[in-house]
Amino acid sequence: MPDVTVCDPRTEVDVRGPRFSAAITLVVLAAALLTLGSPVAVVLIAIQTVVFALGAFVGLRAQPYGILFRSVVQPRLAPATEFESVAPPRFAALVGFIFTAVALLGLATGLTTVAYVAVSFALAAAFLNAAFGFCLGCEMYLIGKRMLARPVTA
Amino acid sequence: MGAGAMLGLVLLVVVLALATAFGLYRRATDGRMRTVAAPVAAPIPVADDAPEVDVTTPTAAEHGGERLTAQVLGADLGAQATLVQFSTAFCQPCRATRRILDEVTTMVPGTSHIEIDAEAHLDLVRQLDIRRTPTVLVLDARGVIAKRAVGLPRKADVIAALGEIIPA
Repeated sequence: MPDVTVCDPRTEVDVRGPRFSAAITLVVLAAALLTLGSPVAVVLIAIQTVVFALGAFVGLRAQPYGILFRSVVQPRLAPATEFESVAPPRFAALVGFIFTAVALLGLATGLTTVAYVAVSFALAAAFLNAAFGFCLGCEMYLIGKRMLARPVTA
Repeated sequence: MGAGAMLGLVLLVVVLALATAFGLYRRATDGRMRTVAAPVAAPIPVADDAPEVDVTTPTAAEHGGERLTAQVLGADLGAQATLVQFSTAFCQPCRATRRILDEVTTMVPGTSHIEIDAEAHLDLVRQLDIRRTPTVLVLDARGVIAKRAVGLPRKADVIAALGEIIPA
């Protein structure tokens, strides 16, 4: 039985939604990178940080880009045929949140280089998600888990 | 254009170029079946000399030829071959991988599909050096690891791998 027959919006999402969100994230972060050092960049990164936080801590249904996708884009597309669990995109949002939060902290403390690096990483991840469907944060998950849960050996 | 904007533009171009290169490389290599041990040619002259995996003593380097048992995997091996899939909760292609492997094992007699939650088996994950999910191991009738694919494998490649392992 194909997965499409069971779709609970709390646990399942149209795969095109997170990719649409990643594309908007890509545009926002690219604009932030181009304006870094100006107040515009601070606003853009702050907005993106809030978006990531909503997706990670509240849920994809509370994430503004996802809301935009469901209300404006999805009705104009063919019906969804592929669904995925909400867990990977939520985890990706958490990783994105960490990077943009670090960028904001960098800007707040005058460590502009930190902000450049953090935004660049978040941008790369958003691009890989939007263009290739890769969830970089998800792929790093097991390695992170292996390292964090490593038994103490000498 | 200020120095900041110039730096931002350069960074943007560099990051997008690197990410594109990585994405294309990954797309080209993802899910490819790699042979990690010579396929068993003859109908198994069952010399059970292949080392069993001892989960308590991690070894390094090469994992081809290692033998996994039903006890380690927590499920019975297929009579001819077994597809072992390592998955995590935060894994997009794991579901599609599961679907493909289920289809293949339904189609090819004597094969079974075992899915392992990588997080719950970190010792085994370290032992076999599983770095991301999905990772699929193809075991022969004895449970010896013959092939390994990291990423979503193609159905035809899985079938071909089984064709090499299962004696005609």
